[in-house]
Amino acid sequence: MTERTPPLHGVHEARGATFTEFGGWDMPVEFDSIRTEHEAVREDAGIFDVSHMGEIEVSGPDAERLMQRLTTNDVGALSPGQAQYAMITDEDGIILDDTVVYQLPDGSTHDAEYLFVPNAGHDEQMYDRWVSHRDEWGLDATVENVTDEYAMFAVQGPEAEALLLDAVADDKRTTVCDCSRFQAEAVSVAGVDSLIARTGYTGEDGFELVVPWDEAEAVWEAFDCQPCGLGARDTLRIEMGFLLSGQDFHSEDNPRNPYEAGVAFTVKLDTEFVGRDALERADAEGVEQKLCGFRLVDRGVPRHGYEVTDIDGDRIGEVTSGTMSPTLDMPIGLAYLPVEYRSPGVNVYVTVRGESKKAQTQALPFLDR
Amino acid sequence: MSFEVPEDCRYLDSHEWARSEDGTVRVGISDFAQDELGDVVFVELPSEGEEITKGDDFGVVESIKAVSDLYAPISGTVTAINDDLVDAPELVNDDPYGDGWMLEVDIDDESELDALLSPEEYGDQIA
Repeated sequence: MTERTPPLHGVHEARGATFTEFGGWDMPVEFDSIRTEHEAVREDAGIFDVSHMGEIEVSGPDAERLMQRLTTNDVGALSPGQAQYAMITDEDGIILDDTVVYQLPDGSTHDAEYLFVPNAGHDEQMYDRWVSHRDEWGLDATVENVTDEYAMFAVQGPEAEALLLDAVADDKRTTVCDCSRFQAEAVSVAGVDSLIARTGYTGEDGFELVVPWDEAEAVWEAFDCQPCGLGARDTLRIEMGFLLSGQDFHSEDNPRNPYEAGVAFTVKLDTEFVGRDALERADAEGVEQKLCGFRLVDRGVPRHGYEVTDIDGDRIGEVTSGTMSPTLDMPIGLAYLPVEYRSPGVNVYVTVRGESKKAQTQALPFLDR
Repeated sequence: MSFEVPEDCRYLDSHEWARSEDGTVRVGISDFAQDELGDVVFVELPSEGEEITKGDDFGVVESIKAVSDLYAPISGTVTAINDDLVDAPELVNDDPYGDGWMLEVDIDDESELDALLSPEEYGDQIA
């Protein structure tokens, strides 16, 4: 399969980035070092190229209805310029992907009412899902996969707002300052019509920008801060306990519902959506396992796929994500464990390359933000 | 990008180096290897007095993004390990041929060094 490349692949290459395959895309994984990039975002600011994220636009008289019925959150509660985090579940309530749904703001150059952002490599699958359900339900809505028309950047960190203020016209500075969390605005950035949203995947203040593919470079160059790769994106999100699609849940390899994954806040059972009835039952019955945070007490680094055992050596779960936390200087990880292990401070063991290492459950997020 | 390949070291194709100095042989990983791994956070080494065997793994290096076995470029008895790496594993990144060394070994057979890659051969391998 030919890998998809972001529009600024050559720019990143010239900057000395190393690349990795992710969800069918060849993306920068490291520009300088994960630690350097991670610290820049926590203390100053960093910019990520996240053009591997999908973009799907939905418009037409039944657009809201279609969005509502395919995502777990309450799309009806949105007004123009608002965004929400949501799960996309199947009939059994299993998470197929997580996404951010935007009701596009007035003045947006996007010719649609809604935009949603599936994860890398999921755009075609979600486009097909939206189209087939639209047809099945006989809804009047237009669905367009515009992933290859837009680049996406994330500017994150305590200095992110100041950097964005420098990149917009004077009369838009108030718009940027007033833009609250999960709000989106149509703003020209470095002279390029962009959608900005106060969202991110790092736990820091910051913005995500959706910009036309062909004009992406001017926007990228307008931010004089540390370029960051997927490596730092991963360590930053693990510190916050944020889910990574395909790793912390996977519809086939690790099927989980939103209650197990710790994202019950995205499920609005008083709305109608695929998976609702199954999730109502799961909510009533309770789940057997939940995503838990832990830290290794012994030396070592927990990684995806490592086994978690109890004190007797019996298997109780598996690490879905893990790293050495650069901010906490501590090995941390996420694992689905039986609910009795949920409270912080419970001793568990992680098998690191054949050796049982002592660990302790921790409250999520690992980092207070 | 070019990597440092000191003339006074010999190399294993898995990116470890060995250098003869004052009757002992020091072992570590190359500049190329530390760059590939990125930020080193943890190094697991054998204890003093343990035997290592050429080609066998003698330890583990963990970086934020990856974990990698360490392979012995020579056979012999470990006479010292670099204790500084316990609190400052980043020395492996900062100074892989100097302060980031890993082991000192009493080598069984000096000729094993000659069988390793020369700086020129190793330089070609990573070019």
